[in-house]
Amino acid sequence: MSGNDSALQLVLSGDPALFAIVRLSLLVSLSAVVLAALIGVPAGALLALTRFRGREAVIVILNALMGLPPVVVGLAVFLLLSRSGPLGEWGLLFTPQAMVIAQTVLVAPIIAALTRQTIEDLWVEYQAELTAMNVGPLRRVRTLIWDARFSLVTALLAGFGRAAAEVGAIIIVGGNIDGFTRTMTTAIALETSKGDLPLAVGLGIVLIVIVIIINALAWGIRRTGERYAG
Amino acid sequence: MSMRPPALDLPIMFIDVRITAGALTILDGITLTISPGPPTVLIGPNGAGKTTLLRAAMGLVPPGSGLITWSGRESSDPKHRAIMFQRPAMLRRSAGGNVRYALAAAGMPRGKRHERAAALLADVGLAGLDRRPARRLSGGEQQRLALARALARDPGILFLDEPTASLDPAATKAIEDIVRAVSARGVKVMMCTHDLGQAKRLAGNVVLLHRGRLIENTPASEFFASPRTEEACRFIAGELLV
Repeated sequence: MSGNDSALQLVLSGDPALFAIVRLSLLVSLSAVVLAALIGVPAGALLALTRFRGREAVIVILNALMGLPPVVVGLAVFLLLSRSGPLGEWGLLFTPQAMVIAQTVLVAPIIAALTRQTIEDLWVEYQAELTAMNVGPLRRVRTLIWDARFSLVTALLAGFGRAAAEVGAIIIVGGNIDGFTRTMTTAIALETSKGDLPLAVGLGIVLIVIVIIINALAWGIRRTGERYAG
Repeated sequence: MSMRPPALDLPIMFIDVRITAGALTILDGITLTISPGPPTVLIGPNGAGKTTLLRAAMGLVPPGSGLITWSGRESSDPKHRAIMFQRPAMLRRSAGGNVRYALAAAGMPRGKRHERAAALLADVGLAGLDRRPARRLSGGEQQRLALARALARDPGILFLDEPTASLDPAATKAIEDIVRAVSARGVKVMMCTHDLGQAKRLAGNVVLLHRGRLIENTPASEFFASPRTEEACRFIAGELLV
């Protein structure tokens, strides 16, 4: 109980170290979700609306990528960004940017796969109408993404959940450097191994509360939008 | 509402058209001319091929064999044609948003869309429902909205697939009144229905289909007074054509 009390005190006292970690975690995860959405939503929509040889295989691979092991992604990005790697000269290894890249790689397939399914289902519903209205391919994509926007919030939430909970990839490419690349999940892992359970529990509480708040906000946006747009 | 000039895509000619889906023959050797004039009403039992014929005339289903021409052209941009499906999909927007979308797709400049959409909604009796989410409208209101969306294309030919299926008499009358008004403006209406009473009320000529084949294509008064074929006699008598 005393450990939990200390954790609560840390949260309630607005501990600067704790909130710096929270801030960085949110910045990294939300940046990764935004980047992954910019890649995943159009890619998923394109896959939903095009027919080509090997499409089924691409869908199977994309769905499989949703379960990419974070440590493997971390290792791949590490090799890419390490000094001897192809992108080594960018000097991004052990920076928050490297962590954003790793999480983007993890999250983009989730958003793309869920977008593909959502858009494909909506296309089945809209195909006859849009074809009859002589709507061109670009406007079709725009229409489907716009009309599926409230369902796509769920895809973004799934991506955010993956990013916020992830530790394996960012600890490899970020290095868990205090005050620079330490996030909630990497700090929880470190503090637990050090035996500093109050900070670990405090961070755990904050992480869960943040995830609930973001989900509640997204749910609210979805419900409000559906009320007005149908 | 003013009269419009004869539609650019008329006549639509079906020349020995056959459409299949796998082993199933949906339309079998259809030869038919759809000319300007009062509504052409397609009737026939389920599976007769009415919807497929309507979609083929719209240009949505290519013939497996035979030829379809629009005003003599084998391929024609469906700019002057519009269709209302039996179960129209409502776009996830307001009622007005649905109509404005159709206007945008038809190429109307943004500045004119609001005014035109309001006029179209008023034409179909949905004035005041502009901001209501389309999916929250009743079945009858959705049918009328789909009609407004089709009319947004300012079509010369309007195809209606069972426009009043499962609607109550009041909603049916509202749709029929719109069809009459549109037809009176010079728009060619081609529709299919199961409702013989509706065919009597609206049709200029009747096309009876059975098992994908064209059984009769005659003026409505003649069709109901002195049907030429046994199938037509049985259909009008209310017997089940199987």
